[in-house]
Amino acid sequence: MSAVEVRRTDELDAVDGLIIPGGESTSMAKLMDAYGMRAPLQAFPRSGRPLWGTCAGLILMASRLEEDRPEPLGLMDATVRRNGFGRQIDSFETELAITGIPGDPVHAVFIRAPVIVETGPGVETLAALADGTPVVVRQENLLASAFHPELTGDARMHRYFLEMLPVGAVP
Amino acid sequence: MSTNGIDNGKETGTFSVKAGLAQMLKGGVIMDVVTDEQAKIAEDAGACSVMALERVPADIRADGGVARMSDPAMIEAIMKAVTIPVMAKVRIGHFVEAKILEAIGIDYIDESEVLTPADEEHHVWKHDFKVPFVCGCRDLGEALRRVGEGAAMIRTKGEAGTGDVVEAVRHMRTVMKQIRRVQLMGDDELTAYAKEIGASLDLLRETKRLGRLPVVNFAAGGVATPADAALMMHLGADGVFVGSGIFKSGDPSERGKAIVKAVTHYDDPEAIAEASKGLGEPMVGISARSLAPGQELATRGW
Repeated sequence: MSAVEVRRTDELDAVDGLIIPGGESTSMAKLMDAYGMRAPLQAFPRSGRPLWGTCAGLILMASRLEEDRPEPLGLMDATVRRNGFGRQIDSFETELAITGIPGDPVHAVFIRAPVIVETGPGVETLAALADGTPVVVRQENLLASAFHPELTGDARMHRYFLEMLPVGAVP
Repeated sequence: MSTNGIDNGKETGTFSVKAGLAQMLKGGVIMDVVTDEQAKIAEDAGACSVMALERVPADIRADGGVARMSDPAMIEAIMKAVTIPVMAKVRIGHFVEAKILEAIGIDYIDESEVLTPADEEHHVWKHDFKVPFVCGCRDLGEALRRVGEGAAMIRTKGEAGTGDVVEAVRHMRTVMKQIRRVQLMGDDELTAYAKEIGASLDLLRETKRLGRLPVVNFAAGGVATPADAALMMHLGADGVFVGSGIFKSGDPSERGKAIVKAVTHYDDPEAIAEASKGLGEPMVGISARSLAPGQELATRGW
């Protein structure tokens, strides 16, 4: 198992699973379109390979945004509001119990995070905040989290994602 | 910290949250803008954040006089105009300007040598703020002094407003060279080195363990072309600030897009070549070597 950075379509063809990490969704969407990545990214999960988006990745995977930009990929049946908790000053950390992740709660860091406003019938909520706001959701081979597992060094979410890989992909 | 809050199990203003935003800007370009129209152009060009200020460094340099924090109304107009995070500058040591920016909900504060320093001895104690700070450095000691004060992001100082990348290169190379030296040192050598460069031993040990600065490190000060930006990425920058280089050029929108592409694909010369074609006039530069000692901005702060 190895991790590689994907910037071009040929690099996308070579991977078994893909993570769209945090960042600025507007910048990411601009570059995605500038380098012809939109259609290949939309086709990626149809090949059976799993796709996981964190924060900006969640925004890009959504079917609907409350804002008029950026244009999302339209993969996960959910409506998302960007910067849904407020500005940076409202960014926060908290403990989350996540379905499918045994042991202690996961320490979760939310940075200018999006809010999942509404989900379709095929979308399962794996974790929610105390007020019921869903923050980890799954729809078949699509996984999305509003927080950043890439910031905390806890690999349990990553392990969960690896288990979504098609049988035979992981040696 | 007393200013950090806990509400319904949610903790805000922590160092993880402050340093985390900088992590999300990695691989991106932060552009100086002076109006909300420029902010929209920058966002549309793919900037991951904008720095809101009344005058870009090239104009501050030309105008002379005292350069201060910008009008909060002007900063708020830019915050309303874009959805990417907005940064703004305060004078070195001016913690009240910083409190004002925190009060209007700015996303990041740059305690910047581009403005006229308010305190020639002390920098802002940044741990007291919920808003994260970025600070400039010329070497590892200066970077770790700022991190010790609570900076959640570091940038090179370079020589702002010149369009001459030579000082940014010098500062980035110095930081990286010192980090490589630290990695080769035995633990018993670190105390003497911490003393020599004026850094906290704990942060120096952390730097050795990580093999990099404990926070995100951007390049800044003199970046004017896509090639400059890609050069800084090769030297180890996590991302790039472009101050005067975009809106003092002939075609800011195209130059902005090209610099974003060059940072994303810094390791792909063909992509940088493609992005560099037909951009029109770059900003008019001033050689950093031609500056009189009093005109250098990088020597402000320590």
